[in-house]
Amino acid sequence: MANLNDHMGRPIVAVTGIGVVTSLGVGKADNWAALTSGKSGIHPITRFPVDHLNTRISGMVDFLPSSSKGASLLTYELAETAAQEAMSEAGLDAGDFGGPLFLASPPVELDWSERFSLYNSDTHDTGAERLLRVARGLRELDIFETTQFGSIADRLADRFGTRGLPITLSTACASGATAIQLGVEAIRRGECDRALSIGADGSATAEALIRFSLLSALSTHNDIPEKASKPFSKDRDGFVLAEGSGALVLESLEAALARGATVLGILRGCGEKADDFHRTRSKPDGSPAIAAVRAALADAGLSEDGIDYVNAHGTSTPENDKMEHLSLSTVFGERISSMPVSSNKSMIGHTLSAAGAVEAAFSLMTMRESVIPPTINYDNPDPAIVLDVVPNAKRNAEVGTVLSNSFGFGGQNTCLVMAREPV
Amino acid sequence: MNPHDVVISGIGLVSSLGEGPDAHWQKLVQPRLEPVLEASRFSPYTVHPLPEIDWNLQIAKRGDQRQMETWQRLGTYAAGLALDDAGIKGNDELCATMDMVVAAGGGERDEAVDAAILAASESRNDRDVLLNEKLTTELRPTLFLAQLSNLLAGNISIVHKVTGSSRTFMGEEGAGVAAVETATARIRSGQSTHILVGGAFQTEHSDMLLGYELAGYLHRGAWRPVWQRQGAEGGGVVTGSGGAFLVLEQREHAERRGRKIYAELGPVLSGRARRRRGELDGEIAALLKQAALPDGELLAISGASGAHAATAAEKSALEANPAIAARGFSTLTGHLKEAQFPFAVALAALAVDRKAAYPVFDATVEKPFAGVPKTVLATAIGYHQFEGMALIKAA
Repeated sequence: MANLNDHMGRPIVAVTGIGVVTSLGVGKADNWAALTSGKSGIHPITRFPVDHLNTRISGMVDFLPSSSKGASLLTYELAETAAQEAMSEAGLDAGDFGGPLFLASPPVELDWSERFSLYNSDTHDTGAERLLRVARGLRELDIFETTQFGSIADRLADRFGTRGLPITLSTACASGATAIQLGVEAIRRGECDRALSIGADGSATAEALIRFSLLSALSTHNDIPEKASKPFSKDRDGFVLAEGSGALVLESLEAALARGATVLGILRGCGEKADDFHRTRSKPDGSPAIAAVRAALADAGLSEDGIDYVNAHGTSTPENDKMEHLSLSTVFGERISSMPVSSNKSMIGHTLSAAGAVEAAFSLMTMRESVIPPTINYDNPDPAIVLDVVPNAKRNAEVGTVLSNSFGFGGQNTCLVMAREPV
Repeated sequence: MNPHDVVISGIGLVSSLGEGPDAHWQKLVQPRLEPVLEASRFSPYTVHPLPEIDWNLQIAKRGDQRQMETWQRLGTYAAGLALDDAGIKGNDELCATMDMVVAAGGGERDEAVDAAILAASESRNDRDVLLNEKLTTELRPTLFLAQLSNLLAGNISIVHKVTGSSRTFMGEEGAGVAAVETATARIRSGQSTHILVGGAFQTEHSDMLLGYELAGYLHRGAWRPVWQRQGAEGGGVVTGSGGAFLVLEQREHAERRGRKIYAELGPVLSGRARRRRGELDGEIAALLKQAALPDGELLAISGASGAHAATAAEKSALEANPAIAARGFSTLTGHLKEAQFPFAVALAALAVDRKAAYPVFDATVEKPFAGVPKTVLATAIGYHQFEGMALIKAA
């Protein structure tokens, strides 16, 4: 009889379904094959013209029916596709999930294509006044729904029969991890036996790209797109904007075993700590990220020795990779130079609101498959960052526990600890 | 009483009526209080505008103020009021261990840049190129973060040093409901001892009005109280600028600090009626049943928005129970979107604390309440989706 409660007496949380979509493809099989062969999904932007743009590459998901239909519809389709895969793996009725939904998704705004078409459907007045007048004459809700922050989750709740008021959240680049954390906490509190946690982001619009560009956050290595994302390299120059989704079906281990579900992994601990230093930069001593890692370890009931592999946030920005190294080396000490630490973002770019969920999915697969995906484009190591980044080629390794980091603008730091087996 | 009860130990409020719990109480207990209205700036829409605010009082650094658009400033300000009220502001240890759940919107765009792009689009067919051309040259680099949803919480961390944890929920009134519900659950389960929870809404921006008007939700023409907009021109919602933050605390934690407790937060309930299938009436009734209302006369602080269908459903559900005396505060503040539910909970807590009910906000519809409100119901039935309620009890 397995132990059903963790070191703090809380229900152990199992993962029974995993779904993922990235620029590498739809579903775990395609993604895993590409990821472990070191293939990049980064490619030239074709969704909109790139005139006047400094960055002309991305990891957009261009192969779904909604890929050209705007951020809201694409984010929904990404979320739905990943969730469908997770539900089906979990062997659950996809229309009657019966647990809460936690959705990490980007903040929504009225798309420019809609702004243009509303504005140019009339000629009276100018600016906002005209938009408002046209708006009140609309007779259907499609455009309205794209501007409501709760609409995507509402549609997903209908689609999958989740229970209660769905939570839509944003903790910037940590959002996907926060969605998982909320699901874990709900199960631990005994509010539910299962939860659906999704991170989805289909918001790589021209304006989003320009906004990040104006913050000097994006790589401008346009010439060879697949080489642009180079976490922990000396010549890294920013992240690559990308889209994707990850979904996990979380269940109490007790409920999963009771219904004979296959346990794919354990969500063993979550930790977070906010940074009060700056809107985009981390506190120079790295203390908030350090505290988030330590909180996740403590929540998991593991010491520093208990982690086999780190799925890094590893964005490929000068700031993140330096600070992530500082925090990891502070927590793990000398051991860090011999611990594998790799960044999925070297291949899929930064999927923003989805990243924490996508990377949790890949972390779980790393343990199940005993293969660590590489950090590609590691041709020019940053001498200040001494890490075993699993350079350029996958590695076969037994991995029993993973730490997955997510650090975001606005001082958001969230870390997850996953394990292959219950304690 | 249980040491893990959730109590309200700090309230920060801003609306067209003023700022702070005392100012709101004093205004709201005045019989026949007139709302503060701005009917010309956004005509044909009326809004309840922000009061005069000295931002320096809660956001000391001008540099910080400049990094935020009005919505973030407003939320950061209201959060500061709540922290002050709870005696937590400036206490490094309490701030560093304090959790936070913010109900956020966002999207205060640069109206001048947008208007110029729209105007140029009338004579250009290459609109996507136009967009790149204008946005790359005319957007302020700092605007992205200054209007971004999770940066209200980010700024609260920076300005007030609240860093235990930081989570931002999105989704109109439902975000406020879920924020209070989740915070409450975390304290009850012993996961947290003190949490800052709340939201803000700054309606004086065309995109904020557009967010309602794309579905025709805004009331037009002469202002009317929230319960009396059925049949009038437009969709019934009159918006307001404001914010509401609460410090929720484990009873034991608040008592050990020797803090004033406004009220205890009882059950917090949330729901998602599939309204197109006609489930709203049933959902409201079910939430009222789950709330296990106490016997006898009951004061209800209603967050009704004025939106025709949702407001009619809530009104008839509340009127079906003759013991309930409702106060639709949107009559006096306007609809505060993400902040609506935290605001309702705050007003309920004030009534419990002051041992007195608010007079009617609308004499033609609301009925008097004479007794001492020991338990007060707070509601937020979303103008478009999501529903929530809570019971606030004498501490």
